Amino acid sequence: MRLSLFLGFLLAGLALFAAGLSLIWTPYDVTQLAVTQKLRPPSAAHWLGTDHLGRDMFSMIMVGARTSIAVALVAVGIGMGIGVPLGLAAAADRGGWLDEIIMRANDLIFAFPSLVIAILITAALGPSAVNAIIAIGIFNIPVFARVTRGSALPIWTLDYIRAARVAGKGMARISLQHVLPNIANVLIVQATIQFSLGILAEAGLSYVGLGAQPPTPSWGRMLAEAQTMASLAPHVAIVPGLAILLTVLGLNLLGDGLRDALDPRLRGAR
Amino acid sequence: MIEARKLTVTHREQVLLHRVSLKLTPGKITGLVGESGSGKSLTALAMIGLLPPGMSVEGMIDMQGRNLVGLPESVLAGIRGKRISMIFQEPMTALNPLMSIGEQVAEALHLHEGLDHKTALARARERLDRVGLTAPRFPLSLYPHELSGGQRQRVAIALAISRRPDLLIADEPTTALDVTTQAQILDLLRGLVRDEGMALLFITHDLAVVASLADEVAVMQRGAIVEQGPTEPLFRAPQHSYTRDLLAAARSMPRLILSAPSPALLEVEAVSRSYGLGRSRQTGPTPRIKAVDRVSLTIHEGEAVGLVGESGCGKSTLTRLILGLDMPEGGTIRLAGQNIRAGRKIPAALRARMQVVFQDPFGSFDPRWTVERLVAEPFHLTGRPRDWRERVAEALYDVGITGDALRRHIHEFSGGQRQRIALARALIIRPSLIVLDEAVSALDLRVRTQVLELLARLRVRHKLSYLFISHDLSVVRQVTDRVLIMRQGQIVESGPTARVMDAPEHSYTRELLAATLQIPDKYVG
Amino acid sequence: MTFAQAFALHGFTESGPEFSLAAMGHYLLRRLIALGLSLAVATAVIFGVVELVPGDPASYMLGTGAQPETLAALREQLGLNQPWPLRYASWLAGILHGDLGHSFTYKTPIAGMILERLQVSLPLALLALALAVLVAFPVGMIAAARRGRASDTMLMGASQIGVSLPNFWFAMLLVLLFAVHLRLLPAGGFPGWGQPISALKSLLLPAVALALPQAAILARVLRSALVEALGQDYIRTARAKGLTQGQALRRHALRNALIPVLTIMGMQFSFLLAGAIIIENVFYLPGLGRMIFQAINQRDLIVVQSAVLVLVAAVILVTFLVDLGYAAIDPRLRRK
Repeated sequence: MRLSLFLGFLLAGLALFAAGLSLIWTPYDVTQLAVTQKLRPPSAAHWLGTDHLGRDMFSMIMVGARTSIAVALVAVGIGMGIGVPLGLAAAADRGGWLDEIIMRANDLIFAFPSLVIAILITAALGPSAVNAIIAIGIFNIPVFARVTRGSALPIWTLDYIRAARVAGKGMARISLQHVLPNIANVLIVQATIQFSLGILAEAGLSYVGLGAQPPTPSWGRMLAEAQTMASLAPHVAIVPGLAILLTVLGLNLLGDGLRDALDPRLRGAR
Repeated sequence: MIEARKLTVTHREQVLLHRVSLKLTPGKITGLVGESGSGKSLTALAMIGLLPPGMSVEGMIDMQGRNLVGLPESVLAGIRGKRISMIFQEPMTALNPLMSIGEQVAEALHLHEGLDHKTALARARERLDRVGLTAPRFPLSLYPHELSGGQRQRVAIALAISRRPDLLIADEPTTALDVTTQAQILDLLRGLVRDEGMALLFITHDLAVVASLADEVAVMQRGAIVEQGPTEPLFRAPQHSYTRDLLAAARSMPRLILSAPSPALLEVEAVSRSYGLGRSRQTGPTPRIKAVDRVSLTIHEGEAVGLVGESGCGKSTLTRLILGLDMPEGGTIRLAGQNIRAGRKIPAALRARMQVVFQDPFGSFDPRWTVERLVAEPFHLTGRPRDWRERVAEALYDVGITGDALRRHIHEFSGGQRQRIALARALIIRPSLIVLDEAVSALDLRVRTQVLELLARLRVRHKLSYLFISHDLSVVRQVTDRVLIMRQGQIVESGPTARVMDAPEHSYTRELLAATLQIPDKYVG
Repeated sequence: MTFAQAFALHGFTESGPEFSLAAMGHYLLRRLIALGLSLAVATAVIFGVVELVPGDPASYMLGTGAQPETLAALREQLGLNQPWPLRYASWLAGILHGDLGHSFTYKTPIAGMILERLQVSLPLALLALALAVLVAFPVGMIAAARRGRASDTMLMGASQIGVSLPNFWFAMLLVLLFAVHLRLLPAGGFPGWGQPISALKSLLLPAVALALPQAAILARVLRSALVEALGQDYIRTARAKGLTQGQALRRHALRNALIPVLTIMGMQFSFLLAGAIIIENVFYLPGLGRMIFQAINQRDLIVVQSAVLVLVAAVILVTFLVDLGYAAIDPRLRRK
């Protein structure tokens, strides 16, 4: 299981590094078209070949990583920023009307898969990366609210919470001082998982044209553009897919590894 | 005859059981006693072949000339249930919640005895009748959640004896039960051993249970049996120093300090609280039970009052009301003459006069805080004084925690140390009343005695009042001046502890006292 | 989310000892009320979002170069001259009568279009779900039974890759292999149910593409639920009465593990639906998803609004079915 943590750090770190590096340097300029160079297979000049417009795939993948990671990261931020406080409030009020309202609202959002939210937003406001962020972010809210509430509820039954109440502390103070630190592990693991799901969702949305718009490179749209050319030049279809697969796999392994490393029940066993 | 000989269990070079030998005779009850972590349960699991993976066994389990150690799992599965059976401590989780009790008892009969489904169910019926769950009140179609803890333990027994095993192992089977239920289950087990002629290995931490039940006793300490023999001689003249320590702790009695008459500190008058049953989201009226029903009580300054009752009697709800964690529906609670209203509305200065110590030494502390911060938490009520660090150190010293405890986390302390730290936290703002909610119930015998002695000392030193809540009459007898007996939300009897124990007036008090086991006087050497 | 938590979310509390049909009816009734309420709120949300369109729906649908007369006519047709509560009410009334309005592009009744498209989308989702379950259960059970050993590590490693696989990319690879290279299956299109064999053939690759990532998720969930169940006291009881590991797993752990598994399967259905929208685009299948995208491109808001409603209603309905499933598994919900 140490292996999964290591591999996870490696793969996810690689994607982050590529995204960061692309801000200052890429092998080729991705806005530069070179139609004469189109659909070249991988070579020394173009490590991952070129696409149908002659752009360097390696550079496209690097810049695409930026889009994917930015969209997924902000969407996780939205989900945590709104979902965690809601979950904490619901758990503090367990069984009360606030809890009931929050959880029913969550159930309702769960009925709208992120793609459906994206479709609705796109239908109303047109496609863009920002709308993709909003759609994935909205979908993340009930996930974090549920996980927060679910892991906070058993904490609230513990005696140290009662001791804090006997020490005169209110619900909000107890939530922040005692509950949140003790569920942080679970939230970190969940954030990793939602981050990976966000990258998959962003790729799917861009693939069907509901995400980032040209000329912003994105892995999903690279695949959409490759579809008709896949039989002529398989690398244009394989490379972006592999980029998605390895990044998501890295984040999933990281989440798994973190869960094992942070789980106090497993800690003693090693 | 089943015999364990020089049974040694190791886990990664760590010796967990060391050369344990036990002889189990048909028709006899052998008690295996020891404190938590002494290896009692491990011995049982080794005998039935259900040790957690990764542990290795040496030695011999001799079952009529056949050594069970090292047999393949498939053979062992055929022996379990048929020759050796086992019941466990926690009846609430021991049964599959999704399967009817009849199916669960019949399952092994059907799978392993080759009985057809109908015959197996008929046999299950007969076995359930035998353990006191008779038709038609207890049909086979009942599910575990429809039964009480005691009834579930009976189902577990029926299931264990369904194939008439030669040996039944019972691992703390009554520890999670109320005293009156415990007495019934012990009667049942005694009768089963007599009627069916099986051997019973009874594992417990409770010397009184062993004294009243077992023919033979084995005492375990740190993975080894230190002393064994027939019950009465062993209790009369223990040979090993550890056994002597245990017995001394069981018989110890802190000095009672009867308080002189003094003004009332806590006055509870006709307080009630009821709860809806079942799911909170149900529409329509839900049946309500009166958890606390017009209860009145008074605690005077410097007085120690016991509150005794079985699970579900309302003592936890009453505690929550007194602590201001829950709102009473009627009646008044006054502390030092001022009304207590639930929630944050209690003035900090008033709240600071009352603190609490809970049962669970593990759940009572935030695992992420240092001891210093934990003990200082009640300063939230009074404001943190400039010399707060000295105050924390002083409070810890008071309860016997010395050294560099301040910067450490709670997992570095033992159960007994944790309860001392909990006391330090309660004492830090110098309250008048400390509510002790089953505060020593989770502790091993010797540690419990030490904490009880500490409580008695602190009470004198700081002129404290105690509200001592417990299910255990013998503990309450040791440390309280007055006792209240609670049942079904009401106080059914109250009075000076010695009077209530020696001459109970209410029938329920008498019932409780009768069910409370004690080491018989004749066993005292 | 750990699966203990998933279970705790449903926080079943204990109830008293008497059996009553009324209690079962009560549970059903509560679930039905919840179903109705969710559907009602969902219509409001969808209606609200479409109301957010900049300008008004009519000018949005016609674009900038529209004639004033056409615009006015469309406004009249859509009832935009009426206040919104009235429009919402008449939309709802239409839905209750099975009338979802007419497509602006094709001038045909939307209800009919959706029914026709469902004949592709529904079999696809069901086929994918069946495939996912068929793969996931053996994998999850074997991994749980052999937990900690090499075969468990291998199966879970493979499932980790499955979970990380973008299904539309997997679909493209399947097409490359089975349609382009091996020429075994069609690369796309749908011949209609008039030719059942070739219709099934054209659904096979899309279903596999949809099913595999979901099977990986389900297998992982099943494994952890089983491992969790195997650690419970009742398993020890079952072992002590003579059941083997395998018997305890099949007869006791599996049934208890089904509760969290059912929860996840319910959620998965919504992912399958969403996934189907994308997969239909890879395979040019004339399903609900393709219809929605065509409608978005044609700015046919009436179709988008109704098709989204159908999708959301399907998810809510599945949630209801999952609730019924809980009651079938768990006696604590059936009795009171």
